[in-house]
Amino acid sequence: MAIKIVKAQPPVELSKIAVSETHGENSPYFAGWKAYDENPYHEKHNPHGVIQMGLAENQVSFDLLEEYLASNQEAASWGKKVSGFRENALFQDYHGLLTFRKAMASFMEQVRGGKAKFDPERVVLTAGATAANELLTFILANPGDALLVPTPYYPGFDRDLRWRTGVEIVPIHCESSNKFQITPEALESAYDHARSMNMKVRGVLITNPSNPLGATIQRKFLEQILDFVTRKNIHLVSDEIYSGSVFHSDEFVSIAEILESRNYQDSERCHIVYSLSKDLGLPGFRVGTVYSYNNQVVTTARRMSSFTLISSQTQFLLASMLSDKDFTEKYIKINRERLRKRYEMIVNGLKKAGIECLKGNAGLFCWMNLSPYLKEATREGELEIWKTIMEEVKLNISPGSSCRCSDAGWFRVCFANMSEETLEVALTRLYEFMDRWRRDRHVLSM
Amino acid sequence: MKQNSRNSLDNLHKTSTGATGVTTDMRVIVPLQGVVQGGGGLVLGSIIPCALFYFLQLYLKAKNPSDDDPNPSPPPQLPETSPPPPGSLQRVPSVRSIWSPRGTNGQVQVSSRANSVIKHPDSPYYVGLKRTSENPFDESSNPDGIIQLGLDENNLSLDLIQDWLATHTKCSIIGQELEMNGISTYHPFHGSSELKSAVAGFMSQVMEGHVSFNPSQIVLTAGTTPALEMLAFCLADPGNAFLVPSPYFPDLDRDIKWRTGVEIIPVPCRSSDNFSLHTTALHRAYNQAKKRGIKIQGVIISNPSNPAGIFHTRDTLYNLLNFATEKNISIISHESLSSSQSFKNQEFVSMAEIVSTEEYDRNRVHIVYGLSKDLSTPGLRVGVVYSFDKNVLEASKKLARFSSVSSLNQRLLLSMLKDSRFVEGFIKINKERVEKMCDLFVGGLKNLGIECMKSGGVYCWADLSGFIRPYSEKGELDLWEKLLNVGKVNATPGSSCHCVEPGWFRFCFTNLEEKDIPLVMERIQRVL
Repeated sequence: MAIKIVKAQPPVELSKIAVSETHGENSPYFAGWKAYDENPYHEKHNPHGVIQMGLAENQVSFDLLEEYLASNQEAASWGKKVSGFRENALFQDYHGLLTFRKAMASFMEQVRGGKAKFDPERVVLTAGATAANELLTFILANPGDALLVPTPYYPGFDRDLRWRTGVEIVPIHCESSNKFQITPEALESAYDHARSMNMKVRGVLITNPSNPLGATIQRKFLEQILDFVTRKNIHLVSDEIYSGSVFHSDEFVSIAEILESRNYQDSERCHIVYSLSKDLGLPGFRVGTVYSYNNQVVTTARRMSSFTLISSQTQFLLASMLSDKDFTEKYIKINRERLRKRYEMIVNGLKKAGIECLKGNAGLFCWMNLSPYLKEATREGELEIWKTIMEEVKLNISPGSSCRCSDAGWFRVCFANMSEETLEVALTRLYEFMDRWRRDRHVLSM
Repeated sequence: MKQNSRNSLDNLHKTSTGATGVTTDMRVIVPLQGVVQGGGGLVLGSIIPCALFYFLQLYLKAKNPSDDDPNPSPPPQLPETSPPPPGSLQRVPSVRSIWSPRGTNGQVQVSSRANSVIKHPDSPYYVGLKRTSENPFDESSNPDGIIQLGLDENNLSLDLIQDWLATHTKCSIIGQELEMNGISTYHPFHGSSELKSAVAGFMSQVMEGHVSFNPSQIVLTAGTTPALEMLAFCLADPGNAFLVPSPYFPDLDRDIKWRTGVEIIPVPCRSSDNFSLHTTALHRAYNQAKKRGIKIQGVIISNPSNPAGIFHTRDTLYNLLNFATEKNISIISHESLSSSQSFKNQEFVSMAEIVSTEEYDRNRVHIVYGLSKDLSTPGLRVGVVYSFDKNVLEASKKLARFSSVSSLNQRLLLSMLKDSRFVEGFIKINKERVEKMCDLFVGGLKNLGIECMKSGGVYCWADLSGFIRPYSEKGELDLWEKLLNVGKVNATPGSSCHCVEPGWFRFCFTNLEEKDIPLVMERIQRVL
């Protein structure tokens, strides 16, 4: 039998992007997800499985959406309306349906209690906030430039802002000692650090309300940040994806309000990112927006949105829902209320277990402090307790180190992606764990 | 050495941005080029620009002592109520010194990528599309509007889709049978495995069983634009290039180049060869690029080719694969499923079929399909990346998050594709309609004395070189403009497709109804 000798050829070369690890999916943040996928909790079928508390999804107000759609079938069914369908199916312009942009602008106004106005012509549609953040980064910065981002920040930023864009993130270190607030000193220090590494700083990206802190940025600090970026003549991106998830509407100040109060002077450096994924609990719909006060950015973003368009069907469906002001007002109000209740439930439950949280007022998670319980106040110590909680307590929570937190021992715990019953189970598990832990510690110290 | 001078030129280019950037840059670069290319030799050619740049920096530092200008001049006031309508230029800021590091008027800078997008003048392809969308023909409400022949979307079978949706309302309404929980939470960005299986089955069905597709090699994206960009990101680094046979469809310039930093090197095809692709041309282009120090990472083809409508023969594809193997580069094949119905006795051969039958390294082949385009539902925005390379697949799955298909559409598509009887009927009827329209349209053009390439696809590639004066790109664009403004017909001129021969135009006929054809022909005749 003849043996065919095949000349081994080196494989086709791929790009650096294809083989890089910048997608960051090997970090503990994502490892926890794997553990959950392999052994997911289920009330009946798998009561000892892993409870997913690392996913910031909002499932508390689904019934409101379902109710709306059930009683507004015309809106939901886009196959029936003849003219509507044809209009939808035809060439999809990256401008997006005007009705939908108007609806988005009006919804964003409502979420801010009417304290800021939004112009539909400045709304650029993208398939999710992930795409919006990446798109802005492409537009505002060159490869090798830096964006300043306050820590702790959403772990996905490492991928979204850096992977394909080649832009770097330089952290603005915020400390637990002053409640993780973004101080002018921290801003300056981050800026200087970037310059010392020969990086051109292009902008500051804040998340307000903050992920993972679950707290809004106070007006005073927003003004300082705005002054800072003005002084340095750089951009400010405000990711306000959780703006509708603030427990008390008067506690959220959007950068849009501050710009309005300054008569939009020097506002061309400001851009807002928004999405329906968190506030409306519709991540699967992939609806995001870049709202920019800079005409060049609006034009460019619009053209580049060709890479990440929202389907006409989705726009059509959501346009009618979001234009229904009665519905949206009701939804926003009830959603806030339910999130607040959940937050109180988890914070009280954690308190009983002897765990403190940062005082939060927004979002789908709380920022939990386990630093008193670490063997050593280091990343290793934090990951050790994280691993224990995952393996013994069977809870997937997100360690602060994944969020680049400077202080060890903080964890983000999501509470809106499960039923109240499941949350109770999780809290009970944690309570028992902490109880055991304290007793063991007590025994050891005797 | 040359690299150095180019860098300093680039830096200068970067320092003056803003709406008036174009002219100011020219003033800076031209004198320097004179120096660089002059008889000063390599040494002077590199030192002088560097020296000038150094002095420029000193000048800038003296003018602005620190990076932080404490008193920036007020930028243009943002209108509070109604900003300029989309597409209109912003107010041009007053021209200040071109030496300002922050661009004219102290405005905050955007990236070079953004600047090149802003400054790039729209090609006639885009101008035509825009004008048509602003003044679209409608038989009753706007009979003097522009008839759209520039968009390769197939709307001939929209009614079939509509009917299907009407009878399957469960799938078009959310919240009833479909649990909200199921569709609105995170689905895998790159498509659920169930949907991928359905897509694989569909693609196989359309190819009449010649190829079977593996669902795990599929990544779904929001259209072909992100699919192509994704592959460009995975296969090439900034500064690398792809060889692309020309004429090629205008969107490719955007899809491959805008954000990736990757270049396209056209490989000209000619009418004397019926615009087919020859390996000699590929070799020539490859070698020329190599001499210029450009690294070629792959070849991008469309099949049938767009705009020429060529079905690549088996031989062409084998030769292409041999070429790619020899150079150890990739192939991206942008294929149209609906054309796989072997149009009018021309055989369509998919790259997928070629690699499945031969001993080639499949990892170098990546295929892109415009699924929603083939299903006559362009607004749905569903594209497919089909690859054999594990790394490319892994990276693409992660990249899909930036441009994923909504769960709503995934659900819809799944239901539609599972209805194989509907799909079969759709494919058959759609093919008949496209063929019929093609015959009528091409016949109509023939009566005007215009010959077309024997084509596949939803467009025809027409030779109007006899009607342009002079025989040049200018002559072609003159005719294009007349067609648009006088004839009120939007066609795509070959120059927008990088065709080396002037006078060719692409006409898409699948946005028309049969009864419109005489009107279209009459309008075209107006300007001939």
